[in-house]
Amino acid sequence: MLLLLLLALPLCAGIAVAVFGWTRVTSWFCVADAAAIGGLAVWLAVRVADGSTFHAAGGLLRADALSGFMVLLVAILTMLATSSAVGYVRAEIEHGHTTAAATRWYGALVMAFVATMLFALLAANVALMWVAIEGTTIVTAFLVGHRRTRASLEASWKYVIIGSVGIILAFLGTILLALAARHAGLTSAHSLDWEALTSAHARFDPGVVKLGAALLMLGYGTKVGLAPMHTWLPDAHSQAPAPVSALMSGVLLSVAFYAVLRWKVVIDGVLGIQFLRILLAGAGLLSLTVAALMMIAQRDYKRLLAYSSIEHMGLVAIAASVGTRLAIAALLLHVLAHGLAKGVAFVCSGEILLQEGTTEIASVRGLLARNPLLGGTFGFALIALLGMPPFGLFASEIAIARAGFSAGMGWVITIAFVILLVVVAAVVTHAQRMLLGPAPAGTETRTFATTAVPLVGGLLALAAIGVSIWPIEHLLNAAASVVAR
Amino acid sequence: MSDATYGQLLELAAAVALAASIVMLWRRSLEAIVRTLAVQAAAIAATSLLIGLHDALVAEIAIAALIVVVKAVLIPWLLMRLLRTTTDQRVAEPALNTAASLVIAAVLTLGAFGATASLVQLAGGEEGRLLPVGFAIVLIAYFGLVTRRNALTQIIGFLQLENGIALVALLASTGGSLLVELGTALDLLLAVLVLQVLIVRMQSKLGGLDLDHLQELRD
Repeated sequence: MLLLLLLALPLCAGIAVAVFGWTRVTSWFCVADAAAIGGLAVWLAVRVADGSTFHAAGGLLRADALSGFMVLLVAILTMLATSSAVGYVRAEIEHGHTTAAATRWYGALVMAFVATMLFALLAANVALMWVAIEGTTIVTAFLVGHRRTRASLEASWKYVIIGSVGIILAFLGTILLALAARHAGLTSAHSLDWEALTSAHARFDPGVVKLGAALLMLGYGTKVGLAPMHTWLPDAHSQAPAPVSALMSGVLLSVAFYAVLRWKVVIDGVLGIQFLRILLAGAGLLSLTVAALMMIAQRDYKRLLAYSSIEHMGLVAIAASVGTRLAIAALLLHVLAHGLAKGVAFVCSGEILLQEGTTEIASVRGLLARNPLLGGTFGFALIALLGMPPFGLFASEIAIARAGFSAGMGWVITIAFVILLVVVAAVVTHAQRMLLGPAPAGTETRTFATTAVPLVGGLLALAAIGVSIWPIEHLLNAAASVVAR
Repeated sequence: MSDATYGQLLELAAAVALAASIVMLWRRSLEAIVRTLAVQAAAIAATSLLIGLHDALVAEIAIAALIVVVKAVLIPWLLMRLLRTTTDQRVAEPALNTAASLVIAAVLTLGAFGATASLVQLAGGEEGRLLPVGFAIVLIAYFGLVTRRNALTQIIGFLQLENGIALVALLASTGGSLLVELGTALDLLLAVLVLQVLIVRMQSKLGGLDLDHLQELRD
């Protein structure tokens, strides 16, 4: 019942916007709806934190600590995105970038997007999980192309084609795993059920599982944005409206990685940890390298943030390749902290774009002096993304490193952190040009309170989990033991 | 239906599906390609129907009907309607000429048989023997996607990919879940609708379907 309500809530708000249009009332209704999703997510998180599992809708939906944790992340980013959208969409209309009809679509699709992500997290059936993740590409396609320029058209075309063509491989992988399950004695009703797959995997045919595992990693890896399947990501994330970029970068990539984690449990059970370890570590290091190289000479601050997402997903893949309980707990903390930091950073980037009318790094100067609140939050979000204390990513990166060294993967971690230093140098160079320096006279700007509150709140939450993970410690441990037993 | 006829009919359906892939690689007229895509979907629906009749599975018969409605009728109809509004009726010269493409298609088909040996052995039976055909369709679809830079052929490549995977699912008899089939059919239909809208926008902005016009986003 709880799980069904969780799916119904965003759909209600989406329908409300579709019927009444994007108005003051409906935009605030979305915020209230997001808060309600947050409330339910906390309730779910508390109930699954002891390791228990819930089923609903005749076994169709299922929630354990891992899904509970991810639902919480989706809820937090939804609150950030809906509350910042109130001011953002109003300003877009004032600037003449969008129309009433387009905002109606915008609101309805954003809420549908949230519902699809929640469905992916709560689906008990691995094929339905795939259907939901493929569904996220479809509902976000028009959001990427929201501005209807040539560039956004190109971005949305690449996004849908590369996304769909890539992720369909994951479906083929799912079929092969189900075939292996059928021949290991599972009934056809159970061969796609995650719980049944994890309880019977010892008898699966290793040859078939290897082929299926490679396809699953290629498919979901595309959606996660791991190199070399990442080419769509910088285009899509830089063209989407800021609140949508926040959701796509902050949480959709992690939802796709959630699918990787679910499959990792099954695949490791058949092939041992080594098979996926090599694939994940390789993809992780390659993603880090590509992201670092592209960030050095980057001229566009939204693309800079997009490449930073590829970098962080690379790190997440490395944490998954380590695969111990400590590593998975660190991975989940990293996903949460990255979601918050990237969400705040993208919302800031939207505000900067509204003020400057361009996404070029070179044309933004003296931001701190001109708008201390916006410059400050953007600066702190970047500092957080670089893994500096006191923010959450510092804690998670240290934990990933510790887990890696104690699992004998010290060399991978060492290479990864050397690349991270390059990223730090690149981002600091770009950021100081944008933020520091005197303000040209008469260019001071202000930020809506509806945008400022979520930005500051997000940063405070990020600092809080960097200082102590005490409130989510049980949930984090329970979620980690779903993946690494 | 005796087992021998069943086996022969199943082989025939799979062969038609594979031949359709090769025809799509060979033809340059977009209309002919869309028609061939419909034939391929019909062949896959026939596979589902045959399996359903042979093993007395109601779900497979329902899936056959679903495939016919969505993939053999509705989607080709949408694409045909779209084609009537476009100025480009033919695919531009692909990166690789037709003869070379057909040779590569043959190599990919052989490769598919080689790579899936362990799968065929595990699945066994008449259906299992034909599994590599599905993989060959997948590989040929990818090859077409890479070598042709036309918006409509990219959609067709994606649909062909989906056809190949649907064939694998049917032959591996891991489908059977009507809910999953409905979900994937809905995804597919929505994806085509989204891409169709993007093509309409593309034509008004670029005046054609050639994706080489889309070169703005660079680092």
